[in-house]
Amino acid sequence: MCLAIPGKVIETLESDGLKVAKVSFGGMVKQVCLEYTPDAVPGDYVLVHVGFALSRIDQEEAERTYKLLEELGQLTELDS
Amino acid sequence: MKYVDEYRQEALARKLSDEIGKTVTRPWVLMEICGGQTHSIVKYGVDYLLPKAVELVHGPGCPVCVTSLEMIDKAHCIAVRPDVIFCSFGDMLRVPGSEVDLLIVKSRGADIRIVYSPLDCLKIAKANPGKKVVFFGIGFETTAPANAMAVWQAKKEGIRNFSLLVSHVLVPPVMTAILQSPLNRVQAFLGPGHVCAVMGYREYEPISRRYKIPIVITGFEPADLLDGILKTVSQLEAGHAEVENQYSRVITRDGNIPAQKLINRVFEVCDRKWRGVGSIPKSGYKLQYDFRDHDAERIFEVEEIDTQESPLCISGLVLKGVKKPHECPAFGKECTPEHPLGATMVSSEGACAAYHAYRRHGIGVTA
Repeated sequence: MCLAIPGKVIETLESDGLKVAKVSFGGMVKQVCLEYTPDAVPGDYVLVHVGFALSRIDQEEAERTYKLLEELGQLTELDS
Repeated sequence: MKYVDEYRQEALARKLSDEIGKTVTRPWVLMEICGGQTHSIVKYGVDYLLPKAVELVHGPGCPVCVTSLEMIDKAHCIAVRPDVIFCSFGDMLRVPGSEVDLLIVKSRGADIRIVYSPLDCLKIAKANPGKKVVFFGIGFETTAPANAMAVWQAKKEGIRNFSLLVSHVLVPPVMTAILQSPLNRVQAFLGPGHVCAVMGYREYEPISRRYKIPIVITGFEPADLLDGILKTVSQLEAGHAEVENQYSRVITRDGNIPAQKLINRVFEVCDRKWRGVGSIPKSGYKLQYDFRDHDAERIFEVEEIDTQESPLCISGLVLKGVKKPHECPAFGKECTPEHPLGATMVSSEGACAAYHAYRRHGIGVTA
Protein backbone atom coordinates (compact mmCIF):
# COMPACT_ATOMS: atom_id res chain seq x y z
CA MET A 1 0.00 0.00 0.00
CA CYS A 2 2.89 2.39 0.47
CA LEU A 3 5.20 0.74 -2.04
CA ALA A 4 5.75 2.22 -5.48
CA ILE A 5 5.98 -0.02 -8.54
CA PRO A 6 8.50 0.58 -11.34
CA GLY A 7 7.32 0.83 -14.92
CA LYS A 8 8.58 1.92 -18.33
CA VAL A 9 7.17 5.02 -20.02
CA ILE A 10 5.87 4.01 -23.45
CA GLU A 11 4.16 7.17 -24.65
CA THR A 12 3.39 10.60 -23.17
CA LEU A 13 0.13 12.45 -23.79
CA GLU A 14 -2.33 14.85 -22.17
CA SER A 15 -5.59 14.03 -20.41
CA ASP A 16 -7.94 16.62 -18.86
CA GLY A 17 -5.09 19.13 -18.82
CA LEU A 18 -2.69 16.76 -17.04
CA LYS A 19 0.53 15.31 -18.38
CA VAL A 20 0.06 11.54 -18.44
CA ALA A 21 1.79 8.52 -19.93
CA LYS A 22 1.14 4.98 -20.96
CA VAL A 23 3.42 2.99 -18.67
CA SER A 24 4.24 -0.69 -19.00
CA PHE A 25 4.49 -2.81 -15.84
CA GLY A 26 5.90 -6.13 -16.96
CA GLY A 27 3.76 -5.94 -20.10
CA MET A 28 0.59 -4.58 -18.46
CA VAL A 29 0.03 -1.03 -19.72
CA LYS A 30 -1.71 1.54 -17.51
CA GLN A 31 -2.24 5.29 -17.68
CA VAL A 32 -0.06 7.15 -15.18
CA CYS A 33 0.00 10.83 -14.22
CA LEU A 34 3.40 12.46 -14.90
CA GLU A 35 2.70 15.82 -13.24
CA TYR A 36 5.25 15.08 -10.49
CA THR A 37 7.92 13.83 -12.91
CA PRO A 38 7.33 16.19 -15.85
CA ASP A 39 10.73 15.47 -17.40
CA ALA A 40 10.01 11.77 -17.94
CA VAL A 41 10.06 10.76 -21.60
CA PRO A 42 9.37 7.49 -23.46
CA GLY A 43 12.04 4.93 -22.58
CA ASP A 44 12.46 6.26 -19.01
CA TYR A 45 11.66 4.14 -15.94
CA VAL A 46 9.51 5.64 -13.20
CA LEU A 47 8.38 4.57 -9.73
CA VAL A 48 4.58 4.65 -9.72
CA HIS A 49 2.24 4.71 -6.75
CA VAL A 50 -1.57 4.64 -7.20
CA GLY A 51 -1.36 5.97 -10.73
CA PHE A 52 1.24 8.71 -10.15
CA ALA A 53 4.91 8.66 -11.08
CA LEU A 54 6.90 9.80 -8.04
CA SER A 55 10.49 9.57 -9.28
CA ARG A 56 12.62 8.50 -12.22
CA ILE A 57 14.93 5.54 -11.69
CA ASP A 58 17.41 3.65 -13.85
CA GLN A 59 16.59 0.41 -15.65
CA GLU A 60 18.60 -1.79 -13.27
CA GLU A 61 16.81 -0.43 -10.23
CA ALA A 62 13.45 -0.79 -11.99
CA GLU A 63 14.04 -4.43 -12.91
CA ARG A 64 15.32 -5.33 -9.46
CA THR A 65 12.46 -3.62 -7.63
CA TYR A 66 9.82 -5.08 -9.94
CA LYS A 67 11.17 -8.58 -9.38
CA LEU A 68 11.16 -8.09 -5.60
CA LEU A 69 7.59 -6.74 -5.54
CA GLU A 70 6.47 -9.66 -7.70
CA GLU A 71 8.01 -12.10 -5.19
CA LEU A 72 6.38 -10.26 -2.31
CA GLY A 73 2.97 -10.34 -4.04
CA GLN A 74 2.86 -6.55 -3.98
CA LEU A 75 1.70 -5.91 -7.56
CA THR A 76 -2.01 -6.35 -6.81
CA GLU A 77 -2.82 -2.65 -7.16
CA LEU A 78 -2.18 -3.06 -10.90
CA ASP A 79 -5.20 -5.39 -11.08
CA SER A 80 -7.62 -2.62 -10.01
CA MET B 1 25.86 -1.43 -3.71
CA LYS B 2 25.13 -1.16 -7.40
CA TYR B 3 24.47 -4.31 -9.37
CA VAL B 4 21.13 -5.94 -10.06
CA ASP B 5 21.94 -9.54 -9.31
CA GLU B 6 23.87 -8.80 -6.14
CA TYR B 7 20.87 -7.94 -4.12
CA ARG B 8 19.47 -11.27 -3.11
CA GLN B 9 22.70 -13.22 -3.43
CA GLU B 10 23.24 -15.34 -0.42
CA ALA B 11 26.97 -14.59 -0.38
CA LEU B 12 26.38 -10.85 -0.17
CA ALA B 13 23.74 -11.27 2.51
CA ARG B 14 26.10 -13.50 4.50
CA LYS B 15 28.95 -10.99 4.10
CA LEU B 16 26.77 -8.16 5.41
CA SER B 17 25.48 -10.41 8.19
CA ASP B 18 29.08 -11.30 9.20
CA GLU B 19 29.99 -7.61 9.18
CA ILE B 20 27.04 -6.85 11.47
CA GLY B 21 28.20 -9.66 13.78
CA LYS B 22 31.72 -8.19 13.94
CA THR B 23 30.39 -4.68 14.59
CA VAL B 24 27.94 -5.41 17.39
CA THR B 25 29.28 -5.56 20.97
CA ARG B 26 26.01 -5.14 22.93
CA PRO B 27 22.23 -5.51 22.47
CA TRP B 28 20.42 -3.02 20.23
CA VAL B 29 16.74 -2.62 19.32
CA LEU B 30 15.98 -1.28 15.83
CA MET B 31 12.59 -0.52 14.33
CA GLU B 32 11.73 -0.67 10.64
CA ILE B 33 8.96 1.83 10.02
CA CYS B 34 7.70 0.69 6.64
CA GLY B 35 5.26 -2.20 6.27
CA GLY B 36 6.89 -3.17 2.98
CA GLN B 37 10.18 -3.60 4.82
CA THR B 38 8.43 -5.69 7.50
CA HIS B 39 7.04 -7.98 4.79
CA SER B 40 10.47 -8.34 3.17
CA ILE B 41 12.23 -9.00 6.51
CA VAL B 42 9.79 -11.75 7.45
CA LYS B 43 9.57 -13.36 3.99
CA TYR B 44 13.34 -13.55 3.44
CA GLY B 45 14.24 -14.21 7.08
CA VAL B 46 16.48 -11.15 7.32
CA ASP B 47 16.19 -11.24 11.12
CA TYR B 48 17.50 -14.82 11.13
CA LEU B 49 20.74 -13.49 9.63
CA LEU B 50 21.32 -11.12 12.56
CA PRO B 51 23.20 -11.80 15.77
CA LYS B 52 20.95 -12.34 18.80
CA ALA B 53 22.06 -8.97 20.14
CA VAL B 54 20.25 -7.14 17.32
CA GLU B 55 16.47 -7.14 17.71
CA LEU B 56 14.17 -5.86 14.97
CA VAL B 57 10.75 -4.62 16.04
CA HIS B 58 8.06 -3.79 13.53
CA GLY B 59 6.67 -0.28 13.32
CA PRO B 60 3.32 1.30 12.47
CA GLY B 61 4.13 1.80 8.77
CA CYS B 62 1.13 0.07 7.26
CA PRO B 63 -1.45 2.71 6.31
CA VAL B 64 -4.28 0.18 6.12
CA CYS B 65 -3.46 -1.01 9.64
CA VAL B 66 -3.33 2.41 11.29
CA THR B 67 -6.45 3.96 9.71
CA SER B 68 -8.58 4.62 12.79
CA LEU B 69 -11.59 2.48 13.58
CA GLU B 70 -13.62 5.69 13.79
CA MET B 71 -12.67 6.54 10.18
CA ILE B 72 -13.52 3.00 9.00
CA ASP B 73 -16.95 3.32 10.64
CA LYS B 74 -17.42 6.76 9.03
CA ALA B 75 -16.64 5.19 5.65
CA HIS B 76 -19.34 2.58 6.30
CA CYS B 77 -21.88 5.30 7.25
CA ILE B 78 -21.21 7.14 3.99
CA ALA B 79 -20.98 4.05 1.77
CA VAL B 80 -24.45 2.73 2.71
CA ARG B 81 -26.19 5.87 1.46
CA PRO B 82 -28.16 5.26 -1.75
CA ASP B 83 -26.93 8.51 -3.31
CA VAL B 84 -23.26 7.56 -2.88
CA ILE B 85 -20.71 5.72 -4.99
CA PHE B 86 -17.94 4.91 -2.51
CA CYS B 87 -14.48 4.33 -4.02
CA SER B 88 -11.45 2.87 -2.28
CA PHE B 89 -8.15 1.10 -2.76
CA GLY B 90 -8.80 -2.64 -2.56
CA ASP B 91 -6.77 -3.10 0.65
CA MET B 92 -9.39 -1.25 2.70
CA LEU B 93 -12.38 -3.45 1.91
CA ARG B 94 -11.55 -6.23 4.38
CA VAL B 95 -10.48 -4.04 7.29
CA PRO B 96 -12.86 -4.73 10.17
CA GLY B 97 -14.92 -1.84 11.48
CA SER B 98 -16.81 -1.98 14.76
CA GLU B 99 -19.36 -4.37 13.26
CA VAL B 100 -18.63 -5.16 9.60
CA ASP B 101 -16.17 -4.43 6.81
CA LEU B 102 -16.73 -2.65 3.47
CA LEU B 103 -17.02 -5.99 1.63
CA ILE B 104 -20.02 -6.89 3.77
CA VAL B 105 -21.47 -3.40 3.24
CA LYS B 106 -21.02 -3.96 -0.52
CA SER B 107 -22.67 -7.40 -0.35
CA ARG B 108 -25.70 -5.72 1.21
CA GLY B 109 -26.13 -3.55 -1.88
CA ALA B 110 -23.93 -0.49 -1.39
CA ASP B 111 -22.21 0.82 -4.54
CA ILE B 112 -18.57 0.36 -3.52
CA ARG B 113 -15.87 0.35 -6.21
CA ILE B 114 -12.16 -0.45 -6.11
CA VAL B 115 -10.05 2.03 -8.05
CA TYR B 116 -6.41 2.05 -9.12
CA SER B 117 -5.96 5.80 -8.78
CA PRO B 118 -7.98 8.59 -7.14
CA LEU B 119 -8.15 10.22 -10.60
CA ASP B 120 -10.43 7.31 -11.62
CA CYS B 121 -13.01 8.73 -9.19
CA LEU B 122 -13.19 11.95 -11.19
CA LYS B 123 -14.20 9.96 -14.29
CA ILE B 124 -16.82 8.10 -12.23
CA ALA B 125 -18.13 11.41 -10.87
CA LYS B 126 -18.45 12.89 -14.38
CA ALA B 127 -20.24 9.77 -15.61
CA ASN B 128 -22.66 9.78 -12.65
CA PRO B 129 -23.75 13.42 -12.11
CA GLY B 130 -26.73 12.33 -10.00
CA LYS B 131 -24.51 10.53 -7.48
CA LYS B 132 -22.02 11.71 -4.88
CA VAL B 133 -18.67 10.02 -5.46
CA VAL B 134 -16.52 9.65 -2.35
CA PHE B 135 -12.94 8.41 -2.25
CA PHE B 136 -11.43 6.93 0.90
CA GLY B 137 -8.18 8.93 1.02
CA ILE B 138 -5.98 6.89 3.32
CA GLY B 139 -2.23 6.50 3.34
CA PHE B 140 1.11 7.93 4.28
CA GLU B 141 2.99 10.70 2.48
CA THR B 142 3.51 8.35 -0.49
CA THR B 143 -0.20 8.48 -1.32
CA ALA B 144 -0.82 12.14 -0.47
CA PRO B 145 0.34 13.56 -3.85
CA ALA B 146 -2.24 11.45 -5.69
CA ASN B 147 -5.10 12.46 -3.39
CA ALA B 148 -4.02 16.11 -3.48
CA MET B 149 -4.09 16.06 -7.29
CA ALA B 150 -7.57 14.48 -7.37
CA VAL B 151 -9.00 17.24 -5.17
CA TRP B 152 -7.09 19.95 -7.05
CA GLN B 153 -8.44 18.70 -10.39
CA ALA B 154 -11.99 18.35 -9.05
CA LYS B 155 -11.95 22.01 -7.95
CA LYS B 156 -10.32 23.14 -11.18
CA GLU B 157 -12.81 21.25 -13.39
CA GLY B 158 -15.82 22.09 -11.21
CA ILE B 159 -16.60 18.45 -10.40
CA ARG B 160 -18.83 19.20 -7.41
CA ASN B 161 -20.01 15.63 -6.80
CA PHE B 162 -16.53 14.35 -5.82
CA SER B 163 -15.27 14.39 -2.26
CA LEU B 164 -12.46 12.87 -0.23
CA LEU B 165 -12.78 11.12 3.12
CA VAL B 166 -9.31 12.10 4.32
CA SER B 167 -7.37 9.88 6.69
CA HIS B 168 -3.77 10.68 5.87
CA VAL B 169 -1.05 9.90 8.39
CA LEU B 170 2.55 11.11 8.58
CA VAL B 171 5.69 9.21 9.50
CA PRO B 172 7.85 11.70 11.49
CA PRO B 173 5.21 12.43 14.18
CA VAL B 174 4.60 8.74 14.88
CA MET B 175 8.36 8.19 15.20
CA THR B 176 8.42 11.00 17.75
CA ALA B 177 5.43 9.48 19.58
CA ILE B 178 7.21 6.11 19.77
CA LEU B 179 10.37 7.73 21.12
CA GLN B 180 8.40 9.68 23.75
CA SER B 181 6.46 6.64 24.98
CA PRO B 182 7.44 5.32 28.42
CA LEU B 183 7.26 1.83 26.86
CA ASN B 184 9.79 2.72 24.15
CA ARG B 185 12.65 0.29 23.52
CA VAL B 186 13.63 1.58 20.05
CA GLN B 187 17.21 2.87 19.76
CA ALA B 188 17.36 3.46 16.00
CA PHE B 189 15.09 3.49 12.96
CA LEU B 190 15.30 2.11 9.46
CA GLY B 191 13.58 4.93 7.56
CA PRO B 192 10.82 4.36 4.97
CA GLY B 193 12.18 4.25 1.41
CA HIS B 194 9.20 5.22 -0.72
CA VAL B 195 7.77 7.77 1.71
CA CYS B 196 11.11 9.56 1.34
CA ALA B 197 10.79 9.40 -2.47
CA VAL B 198 8.10 12.05 -1.97
CA MET B 199 9.27 13.88 1.15
CA GLY B 200 13.05 13.46 1.06
CA TYR B 201 14.69 13.08 4.45
CA ARG B 202 15.33 16.61 5.72
CA GLU B 203 12.43 16.34 8.19
CA TYR B 204 14.07 13.36 9.92
CA GLU B 205 17.21 15.33 10.79
CA PRO B 206 15.68 17.27 13.74
CA ILE B 207 14.31 13.99 15.18
CA SER B 208 17.72 12.36 14.94
CA ARG B 209 19.37 15.37 16.61
CA ARG B 210 16.76 15.83 19.35
CA TYR B 211 16.57 12.19 20.42
CA LYS B 212 20.20 11.34 19.57
CA ILE B 213 19.02 8.43 17.46
CA PRO B 214 20.32 7.05 14.15
CA ILE B 215 17.83 7.02 11.28
CA VAL B 216 18.95 5.18 8.15
CA ILE B 217 16.69 5.57 5.10
CA THR B 218 16.60 2.03 3.72
CA GLY B 219 15.35 0.11 0.69
CA PHE B 220 13.42 -3.14 0.54
CA GLU B 221 15.78 -5.78 -0.79
CA PRO B 222 17.19 -8.19 1.81
CA ALA B 223 20.66 -6.79 1.09
CA ASP B 224 19.33 -3.24 1.35
CA LEU B 225 17.87 -4.09 4.73
CA LEU B 226 21.08 -5.76 5.96
CA ASP B 227 23.12 -2.82 4.66
CA GLY B 228 20.74 -0.43 6.45
CA ILE B 229 21.05 -2.46 9.66
CA LEU B 230 24.87 -2.47 9.35
CA LYS B 231 24.91 1.32 8.90
CA THR B 232 22.56 1.69 11.87
CA VAL B 233 24.49 -0.51 14.32
CA SER B 234 27.77 1.08 13.16
CA GLN B 235 26.36 4.46 14.20
CA LEU B 236 25.06 3.07 17.50
CA GLU B 237 28.36 1.39 18.36
CA ALA B 238 30.29 4.56 17.52
CA GLY B 239 27.93 6.76 19.55
CA HIS B 240 26.82 8.66 16.43
CA ALA B 241 23.28 9.77 15.66
CA GLU B 242 22.49 11.12 12.21
CA VAL B 243 20.27 10.56 9.21
CA GLU B 244 21.98 8.37 6.65
CA ASN B 245 20.73 7.43 3.19
CA GLN B 246 21.28 3.77 2.36
CA TYR B 247 18.78 4.03 -0.55
CA SER B 248 20.54 6.75 -2.56
CA ARG B 249 19.73 4.87 -5.79
CA VAL B 250 16.20 6.23 -5.40
CA ILE B 251 16.08 8.79 -2.57
CA THR B 252 17.38 12.35 -2.41
CA ARG B 253 17.48 14.67 0.59
CA ASP B 254 14.88 17.00 -0.93
CA GLY B 255 12.44 14.42 -2.33
CA ASN B 256 9.88 15.33 -4.98
CA ILE B 257 9.41 19.11 -4.79
CA PRO B 258 6.39 19.41 -7.18
CA ALA B 259 4.56 16.74 -5.14
CA GLN B 260 5.35 18.49 -1.86
CA LYS B 261 4.12 21.82 -3.29
CA LEU B 262 0.70 20.43 -4.19
CA ILE B 263 0.39 18.57 -0.87
CA ASN B 264 1.04 21.86 0.93
CA ARG B 265 -1.44 23.69 -1.32
CA VAL B 266 -4.31 21.24 -0.73
CA PHE B 267 -3.73 19.78 2.74
CA GLU B 268 -2.83 21.13 6.15
CA VAL B 269 -1.39 19.27 9.10
CA CYS B 270 -3.84 18.16 11.80
CA ASP B 271 -4.04 15.86 14.82
CA ARG B 272 -4.93 12.31 13.76
CA LYS B 273 -6.11 9.16 15.50
CA TRP B 274 -4.09 6.03 14.72
CA ARG B 275 -5.68 2.64 15.13
CA GLY B 276 -4.17 0.86 18.10
CA VAL B 277 -1.97 3.84 18.95
CA GLY B 278 -4.37 6.68 19.77
CA SER B 279 -4.35 10.35 18.85
CA ILE B 280 -0.99 11.82 17.85
CA PRO B 281 -0.63 15.62 17.56
CA LYS B 282 0.06 16.99 14.07
CA SER B 283 0.35 13.49 12.61
CA GLY B 284 -2.08 13.73 9.71
CA TYR B 285 -3.37 15.81 6.83
CA LYS B 286 -6.82 17.33 6.41
CA LEU B 287 -8.14 19.41 3.53
CA GLN B 288 -7.57 23.15 3.67
CA TYR B 289 -10.59 25.47 3.94
CA ASP B 290 -10.41 26.36 0.22
CA PHE B 291 -11.25 22.73 -0.59
CA ARG B 292 -14.11 22.31 1.95
CA ASP B 293 -16.60 21.57 -0.86
CA HIS B 294 -14.70 18.32 -1.45
CA ASP B 295 -14.43 17.29 2.22
CA ALA B 296 -16.61 14.20 2.74
CA GLU B 297 -16.59 14.51 6.54
CA ARG B 298 -18.11 17.98 6.26
CA ILE B 299 -20.52 17.17 3.42
CA PHE B 300 -21.99 14.06 5.05
CA GLU B 301 -21.86 15.46 8.60
CA VAL B 302 -20.43 12.23 9.92
CA GLU B 303 -20.62 12.75 13.65
CA GLU B 304 -18.33 11.33 16.29
CA ILE B 305 -18.97 7.60 16.28
CA ASP B 306 -18.88 5.14 19.15
CA THR B 307 -16.41 2.46 18.15
CA GLN B 308 -15.82 -1.02 19.48
CA GLU B 309 -12.48 -2.77 19.03
CA SER B 310 -12.15 -6.51 19.55
CA PRO B 311 -11.09 -7.05 23.17
CA LEU B 312 -8.80 -9.90 22.03
CA CYS B 313 -6.70 -7.90 19.55
CA ILE B 314 -3.33 -6.45 20.67
CA SER B 315 -2.55 -4.76 17.35
CA GLY B 316 -1.89 -1.46 19.11
CA LEU B 317 1.01 -2.98 21.01
CA VAL B 318 2.25 -4.66 17.82
CA LEU B 319 2.12 -1.35 15.91
CA LYS B 320 4.17 0.36 18.63
CA GLY B 321 6.78 -2.39 18.58
CA VAL B 322 6.03 -3.40 22.16
CA LYS B 323 4.76 -6.90 21.29
CA LYS B 324 5.38 -9.35 18.44
CA PRO B 325 2.37 -10.75 16.53
CA HIS B 326 2.75 -14.30 17.85
CA GLU B 327 2.54 -12.98 21.41
CA CYS B 328 -1.16 -12.23 20.86
CA PRO B 329 -3.40 -14.94 22.35
CA ALA B 330 -5.73 -14.68 19.33
CA PHE B 331 -2.94 -15.01 16.71
CA GLY B 332 -3.68 -17.86 14.31
CA LYS B 333 -6.69 -18.93 16.39
CA GLU B 334 -9.57 -16.44 16.55
CA CYS B 335 -7.57 -14.09 14.28
CA THR B 336 -6.42 -15.22 10.82
CA PRO B 337 -6.14 -13.49 7.40
CA GLU B 338 -9.48 -15.08 6.49
CA HIS B 339 -11.15 -13.81 9.70
CA PRO B 340 -9.08 -10.85 10.93
CA LEU B 341 -9.86 -9.25 14.28
CA GLY B 342 -7.50 -6.36 13.68
CA ALA B 343 -6.16 -4.46 10.68
CA THR B 344 -2.61 -5.77 11.14
CA MET B 345 -3.91 -9.19 10.02
CA VAL B 346 -5.60 -7.75 6.88
CA SER B 347 -2.94 -6.01 4.85
CA SER B 348 0.05 -7.93 3.51
CA GLU B 349 2.15 -5.13 5.02
CA GLY B 350 0.68 -5.76 8.46
CA ALA B 351 3.08 -7.48 10.84
CA CYS B 352 0.47 -10.06 11.93
CA ALA B 353 -0.38 -11.01 8.32
CA ALA B 354 3.32 -11.31 7.45
CA TYR B 355 4.01 -13.52 10.48
CA HIS B 356 1.00 -15.68 9.62
CA ALA B 357 1.92 -15.98 5.93
CA TYR B 358 5.47 -17.09 6.67
CA ARG B 359 4.58 -19.27 9.68
CA ARG B 360 6.29 -17.20 12.35
CA HIS B 361 4.92 -18.58 15.57
CA GLY B 362 7.64 -17.53 17.97
CA ILE B 363 10.38 -19.68 16.46
CA GLY B 364 13.73 -18.87 17.97
CA VAL B 365 16.06 -16.71 15.94
CA THR B 366 19.15 -18.43 14.63
CA ALA B 367 22.22 -16.28 14.22
